[in-house]
Amino acid sequence: MPGLTQPPPTDAVQKNGANGSHGANGHGPRSPLGYPDRMMGPGETHASVAAKIGDIVLDGKHPKGWWVGFAAAFSLMMVFLFSITYLFYKGVGIWGINIPVAWGFAIVNFVWWIGIGHAGTFISAILLLVFQKWRNSINRFTEAMTLFAVSCAGTFPLLHLGRQWVFYWIVPYPNTMGLWPNFRSPLVWDFFAVSTYFTVSLLFWYVGLIPDLATLRDCTTVRWKQILFGIGALGWRGSAVHWQRYKITYLLLAGLAAPLVLSVHSVVSFDFSVAILPGWHSTIFPPFFVAGAIYSGFAMVLNIIIPVRKIYGLQSYITERTLNNMANIMLVVGLIVAYGYATEAFFAWFSGDQYERFQAFNRAFGPYGWSYWLLILTNVLVPQALWSRTVRTTPWMLFIVALFINVGMWLERFVIVIVSLHRDFTPSAWRMYYPTFWDYATFAGTIGLFFTLLLLFIRFLPMISITEVRELVAEGGSQPIAGPAMPPMFARLADRPGGNVP
Amino acid sequence: MSDHSAGTPCHCGASGPCQPPRLDLAALRARLASESGPQYWRSLEAAAETPEFQQWLHREYPAGASEWADGPNRREFLKIMAASIGLAGLAACTRQPQEKMLPYVKQPEDLVQGIQMQYATAMTLGGYATGLLVESHEGRPTKIEGNPDHPMSLGAASVFHQASVLELYDPDRTHTVLRAGETSSWEEFLADLVPALHEQIAKGGAGLRLLTENITSPTLLAQIGELLKKFPQAKWHQYEPWGQEAASQDGPGVPHYDFSKAKVIVALDSDFLSTHPASLAYARQFARGRAAGEGMSRLYVAEPTPTITGSMADHRLACGAGDLAQLATWFGFVVDNRERTPRQETAAWVTAVFADLSANKGAGLVLAGEGQPPLVHRIARRINEECGNVGSTVTYHAPTAASPDLSASSLAALADAMHAGQVELLVQIGGNPAYNAPADLDFAGAMGKVKRHIHHGLFYNETAQRCQWHLPLAHYLESWGDALAFDGTPSIIQPLIEPLYEGRTAYQLLDALIFEQTARSAYDIVRRHWEGAQEGMEAEKTWRKMVHNGFAPPAPVPGGDVSTAVNAMGAPVGSGQAAETGEYEIVFKPDPAVWDGRFSNNGWLQELPKPITKLTWDNAALVSPELAHRMGLNNEDVVELTFKGRSVHAPVWIMPGQAENSVTLHLGYGRTAAGRVGNGQGVNAYALRTSDAMGFGSGLQIKKVEGVTWRLAASQDHHTLAGRDVYRAGTLEEYRKDPAFAPDGSKGEDPARDETLYPPDHTYPGYAWGMSIDLNTCIGCNACVVACQSENNIPIVGKGEVINGREMHWIRVDGYFRGDMDNPEMYHQPVPCMHCENAPCEVVCPVAATVHSPEGLNEQVYNRCIGTRYCSNNCPYKVRRFNFFQWPDNTTLTFKMQRNPDVSVRSRGIMEKCTYCVQRINEAKITSQKEDRKVFDGEIKTACQQTCPTEAIVFGDINDPNSRVSRLKKQPRNYGMLAELNTRPRTTYLARVTNPNPEAAS
Repeated sequence: MPGLTQPPPTDAVQKNGANGSHGANGHGPRSPLGYPDRMMGPGETHASVAAKIGDIVLDGKHPKGWWVGFAAAFSLMMVFLFSITYLFYKGVGIWGINIPVAWGFAIVNFVWWIGIGHAGTFISAILLLVFQKWRNSINRFTEAMTLFAVSCAGTFPLLHLGRQWVFYWIVPYPNTMGLWPNFRSPLVWDFFAVSTYFTVSLLFWYVGLIPDLATLRDCTTVRWKQILFGIGALGWRGSAVHWQRYKITYLLLAGLAAPLVLSVHSVVSFDFSVAILPGWHSTIFPPFFVAGAIYSGFAMVLNIIIPVRKIYGLQSYITERTLNNMANIMLVVGLIVAYGYATEAFFAWFSGDQYERFQAFNRAFGPYGWSYWLLILTNVLVPQALWSRTVRTTPWMLFIVALFINVGMWLERFVIVIVSLHRDFTPSAWRMYYPTFWDYATFAGTIGLFFTLLLLFIRFLPMISITEVRELVAEGGSQPIAGPAMPPMFARLADRPGGNVP
Repeated sequence: MSDHSAGTPCHCGASGPCQPPRLDLAALRARLASESGPQYWRSLEAAAETPEFQQWLHREYPAGASEWADGPNRREFLKIMAASIGLAGLAACTRQPQEKMLPYVKQPEDLVQGIQMQYATAMTLGGYATGLLVESHEGRPTKIEGNPDHPMSLGAASVFHQASVLELYDPDRTHTVLRAGETSSWEEFLADLVPALHEQIAKGGAGLRLLTENITSPTLLAQIGELLKKFPQAKWHQYEPWGQEAASQDGPGVPHYDFSKAKVIVALDSDFLSTHPASLAYARQFARGRAAGEGMSRLYVAEPTPTITGSMADHRLACGAGDLAQLATWFGFVVDNRERTPRQETAAWVTAVFADLSANKGAGLVLAGEGQPPLVHRIARRINEECGNVGSTVTYHAPTAASPDLSASSLAALADAMHAGQVELLVQIGGNPAYNAPADLDFAGAMGKVKRHIHHGLFYNETAQRCQWHLPLAHYLESWGDALAFDGTPSIIQPLIEPLYEGRTAYQLLDALIFEQTARSAYDIVRRHWEGAQEGMEAEKTWRKMVHNGFAPPAPVPGGDVSTAVNAMGAPVGSGQAAETGEYEIVFKPDPAVWDGRFSNNGWLQELPKPITKLTWDNAALVSPELAHRMGLNNEDVVELTFKGRSVHAPVWIMPGQAENSVTLHLGYGRTAAGRVGNGQGVNAYALRTSDAMGFGSGLQIKKVEGVTWRLAASQDHHTLAGRDVYRAGTLEEYRKDPAFAPDGSKGEDPARDETLYPPDHTYPGYAWGMSIDLNTCIGCNACVVACQSENNIPIVGKGEVINGREMHWIRVDGYFRGDMDNPEMYHQPVPCMHCENAPCEVVCPVAATVHSPEGLNEQVYNRCIGTRYCSNNCPYKVRRFNFFQWPDNTTLTFKMQRNPDVSVRSRGIMEKCTYCVQRINEAKITSQKEDRKVFDGEIKTACQQTCPTEAIVFGDINDPNSRVSRLKKQPRNYGMLAELNTRPRTTYLARVTNPNPEAAS
């Protein structure tokens, strides 16, 4: 039935032809802005989606890239286990921390990982609530990333304790000592914020997984897999009632998760802003931290999905259009972060407080000045490349920019935590901080933990939401090449002007 | 409670001396000692596979600092793997080993378990006694305090006294008699000694020599006299590496000073606040004279290297030690009104100083340091005479110490005799000349020619290792004895515990030499001496009183006052040899932490930040900024110092205020047989020191050793105030204009309490404890630091961990420099916990492990602490200390014995800090409640306060408007450090006031 599908606009084709290189994946028509016109590559159907995504899990064959990645990640995870074993055996003195720099890499890493964990919920929940359909192909993946990043983050506050074995004293639980934690301490708030965030993220992720698990259950022919997926699917039959309740639950959870995106990193920032330390004691921290978190979260998502879509050939689902959208968000939050740096410097001067002024000066020109300027380079200057559409839609370029941002956000936490601590009020107590082998090993180890979990997730669960991508297909997200025409109902949706443009 | 009474308080629960299993340290040590320098470490690695080495390595830093930062080796790896398995199984449920607790069969009189007792005793340093009170818990001495009644202590104790209790428990002390390094016994020793003595009797003792340190003990002197009577040909030699002998050469009598009468004090290279035998008493007098206001004294100091005395100066002149003779000569010229044109800046200085002295006739005081030659002492005496100070601020007395001869020349004579093979039997009591004798004597070489050399000492040290016999000496806390204080006060040394090992006293050894047996106990010998002619009850009463008080009533100083003889001393002034210009000079000083090396194995002292440099665990070649600039030297560079053909390699430390061409190397480091703590730390200055340059010498050559650095562990990296006013000081002029010059109201310091919408978190209905620290009188002597360490079971962490910034001192003395790098003002600021009323640490602790007490103490609950360290981050004073590892050594029995049972020993992973000695507060409160009264003002003294020689620290109840601390806090000089943060610190400071001479162009 010709006419029911939208023909590619002529000028777009011409533009595409002119740009040439962007059409390498054969994604078909492009929008005037240079990215693919539709959210998915052409020719995707319900069946092709299920087959493509489901096969990654069910097929059992994995590309060489997976094995290489897993071997590296698993080795690093062993480094992590070794590091924490030595840590438990010896004490936190194996790290470079001292007095005055009593918090070192552990807290830097904690904040960094928590920040990375923000992209998932932002993408799944907030973008869902604002009808950004392009998120459908990446939300599963980023949610999983969130869970693993928060897991990595969560290890640090426990590992960094002097007496790790009594970490649960932070938790308010009835005990024979009749003692409660100190609710005035931001570390207690941290516990609540992070654990709530993890719980809600987990639920959200799992609820989203249910229909896909059912699909896998139905597709697999292996008995034990049927049983396992069956248990996970919680008896999902795909009935209209199921779908209706599922949708409501999903939306409610999204509504619940959305404020958490803002609250978690705000609370983490309180760890610093509640303290009286110059460089920490600042009212701008909550929004500044949230922006930074989304910044690094998106950067990490890009750093992971760019190789993954290549290795698994998922360009059809995660198109340059998705990448472009993410780059746009990164650019915006990046500017907020840059504004934050400027404000910090301004208020240090404007406050007239000698300690604040010294702190700002010391950040830029003290012994750790290199870290500050590297931070400005990686977090402010390099990301300005995102103004270029070419950078936004060229995966390898975007990958490099995102890598810079990830380094930059780690440096930002280094500057906040360590540079502020090393010279505070009393000059006699000033000291340098030098990380030890174990600092690096533990950090590298959590990267190993993160990627091990992530690769296992890719291996055993659908990394892209089959349901939601099918939804996209149904909504005309993919241009049919030939074969069975789209049902009129969906075709009409696709016809609506701007209906599939985010 | 603290009733100090006579009697031997040894009721140690464990029966008999408690010996940990001995390893063959001697053999190992010998092996290590036989190799030098870089090979040392290689040999450690070579030894690593032997089991004794493993044990040795593990315990190298006895107080538990055996963490090494490098990665785990194979064994470590296996241990970790074992720990992993342990973690997997969570096998945390180990059973406590069974222990038996037995009650006393006969309860000792006066003893209540859990209540401390105090006993009077005395410790000697350089021969001079200082009266002490020692705290004893169930027979274990744990803490040293000064004896308030003793004239040379006045309740204060120095770092050495404070730390001596750790020396008692040092597991490296000699445990048994050693014959050529092999375990032996006193019986075997006697069996060997007696024939040797008989041999000597035949010759009248011609081959017998006695070598001691400086001795003031009347009993010992009497015994030596008896010995010399029995062996008329025998000779007695004395050697003290750092002594008072120069001061006694300026004429008859030794100068005794009275700082309380002095208005103008001129110290010529004299560190009278720390190295003088009477420094505790002098510091007290000096501090009293420094009260801001009328009558405040003025201190001029000329010295080559900054000392704490120099840091207190109103006018300090950085002047080479050799140049001081010239400076003194110019003084002499000024005194004699002779014309001479000295160098410009010194001329102005000398003129101003002398004008000030002349204006204060009879209230001036000029003193010269121990390291200075007799000439300078004579000139000092001459000026004192001229200015009428003699008889007022200076009096001359016969020497307290029985010095048969000058120390260095006495040793030189002995060394000559030894080289000549005249010495057959050398009995040495204490001392370590193989290490600390002047290098030109080649004492160690001479020892090889002695047939029988007997060493009686605490440690199997460098000398002992070369001796045929080494006899364990009883520590002063284990022995009876007596000694004279610098002012001649006879002091009684009373034991606090039975000897831990087989140690015996010097009295017993001399008895053995005289009577060929050791039947008499030290108690009998000393008591017999003091009873003298007295008999019966009278003798008993006198003796008991003496032991109880710790000293006898001040007897007239032996020899009487000899100050009348002074004017006869027409001291030749003006013959001082001018120091050759353009040459470098080396200056030797006793180390402020390990003295002449005798305290090298004391961890507390090794880790004590030295007053000005803040270095720990090392000495260094102190060079002036100018010299460093000229030679391109930096801190931690290594230089080769060559002096009179001998050289050593030493790390460089740039010392602001150092005289331009002087290089100071402190004595007491570079030990090879000190023990596990002291071995291999620092540079041996004795390798350069010759008998004609005991204090200093010119002709030093310095060469930078390229490509080598020597890590130094300083406890403080920044000595500038960075424009902050945590330390406040002003001149007397400023103080007169505005007594409240220090607190800066414009910054909104101490905001009024009603400037907040919130109700106060705490009200303090009962006591409210507070502290006041007077920066005007704090001399930075560090006694508070060691007192706190000893009182509060504070561990040491080792050099590596000091470099890492993890030292544990609860009170630190911050040092700041202000002004010109070549001669800055130097400040000391003791910083304990401020016990803020609005404590930033309390808010942020997630588990409420640091909480506010109803009396305003900021309390740390160790059991509750999980170690987030957030409190430390939020502490603007950075007074909190964290147990990054398991620091305290909980396996060495003797260290366990030292600990104060009233204070928890903290384990790994928890935060700690100053508690205002809460155990003492509670003890006093309990006592007061039993007596139904409030705690008296001054009843509670914190450990730092109690030992402070200058009474700079005062603690008490600030709710009581009449308490001393309240009155001090009302002084206009009072300010709170960083009070503008609204922390409301309970510890406040009194700003320093200096008294510069308005006439002098400073």
